[in-house]
Amino acid sequence: MAEMPAFTPVHLLTGFLGSGKTTLLKRLLADPALADTAVLINEFGEIGLDHHLVERIDDTMVLLQSGCVCCTVRGELADALRDLHSKRDRGLVPSFTRVIIESTGLADPFPVLSTLKSDPVLRHHFRAGTVVTTVDAVNGLAQLDTYVESTRQAAIADRIVITKADLCKGDAGLTRLLSRLTEFNPDARRIIAGSNSPDADALFGDDAAQRATKLQSPSGFYCDTPTLRVTAEGVALHTAISSFVITVDRPIDWTGFGIWLTMLLNRHGERVLRVKGILDLAGEDRPVAVHGVQHLVHPPVHLDAWPSGERISRLVFIVDGLDANLLKRSFNAFALAGNSDARPQPEAAAQIRNA
Amino acid sequence: MCSLCGVIGGNEHWTDAVARPGVFTRNVERLDRRRERARRVSAANSVLSAFGMSLSDWQGSAFVLATRTGKSEMIEDLGHLWPAAERLSGRLCDPLDPQLIARMEETDHG
Repeated sequence: MAEMPAFTPVHLLTGFLGSGKTTLLKRLLADPALADTAVLINEFGEIGLDHHLVERIDDTMVLLQSGCVCCTVRGELADALRDLHSKRDRGLVPSFTRVIIESTGLADPFPVLSTLKSDPVLRHHFRAGTVVTTVDAVNGLAQLDTYVESTRQAAIADRIVITKADLCKGDAGLTRLLSRLTEFNPDARRIIAGSNSPDADALFGDDAAQRATKLQSPSGFYCDTPTLRVTAEGVALHTAISSFVITVDRPIDWTGFGIWLTMLLNRHGERVLRVKGILDLAGEDRPVAVHGVQHLVHPPVHLDAWPSGERISRLVFIVDGLDANLLKRSFNAFALAGNSDARPQPEAAAQIRNA
Repeated sequence: MCSLCGVIGGNEHWTDAVARPGVFTRNVERLDRRRERARRVSAANSVLSAFGMSLSDWQGSAFVLATRTGKSEMIEDLGHLWPAAERLSGRLCDPLDPQLIARMEETDHG
């Protein structure tokens, strides 16, 4: 029996309708590296077809049918995962060390991650892995411009796989697509799919380590000009996905940061598509990485050393229509250390109310 | 669920992450935990005062959020704080509100 990890990572494969999710999955599953993988396929529609296309039917393949994973079958997803977990424990299915969920083309990836985190059973056995989004090189740009779902999928991704690049006429379109993707998700790894690439490891490899090191490139993730998007009819959309980075060379107060981020996510969680960063906390020697998707924030992780040796906090935001400058100002006012030191600390006499 | 306060229990919030290898948390040692709670109460109060509310620790296991008129609610962690604060005060607690930011900047450097 393969060794069962304490927390089984659940990877999410998403991408707009017809962007090549199933093709990618089919190829990946043929790879022996993914032999110990349970697969959940979600299809929007009465008749499930994708699981036939993938050509692997066994007990670790589950079809979530008639409904989209982000709303109607959310409960079903939790049930399916619990069922897989229980069967694995009892030895009824081959032991698996990861789960891949292929979502429908219209799904908002966030509820899936949220299900993992909020379900009382699942959150002790599973953790969110990487989000892989496929983007069609031919139609991708138009889809990003037209469909909010498509933009959200790309903005939330850890890895973006560009499919059908070989069908693209000339390089101009592909270059435009890549630069557009860089604009609103600067540090996702972008991979152009070929007949044998990307391999499983590039997509579902050690995501925790990847998440921690991701911010190590000091440049290339700054974009302050929101792009205005239009619908198919040419009407301006009210979403403006942009990304920006807050860089601070003063220590951050962890408590103030917690208050601030929970407050921000409570009010604007829908519009904070991504927040991730490496923080220099007052009172801590080592950097701490935080990582959040909409309302969901992963447990903060201690890193071993400062990337590039510089002790600087960096916090990347991918937001939908929020004012970057206001957000930066707000962050400074709430979360910088020293601010709270200036105030009298009622630590010793914390008001304890024995009501 | 806690039979006293009715909060569905055990929902681990990221600011109170359970100590696991690699995870950063101040939720390990008893003293650290209590100190962090006290700091949290003080930091939250500097924001909540703008809305006429205050937070206090309750037995080291929950918090009590109260308005000046005495409406109060038990909350378990920071994940519950802001929805409860908005409910009790009837106002939106928006960290991007320029007036609130200005107020925070004033208290910080004042």
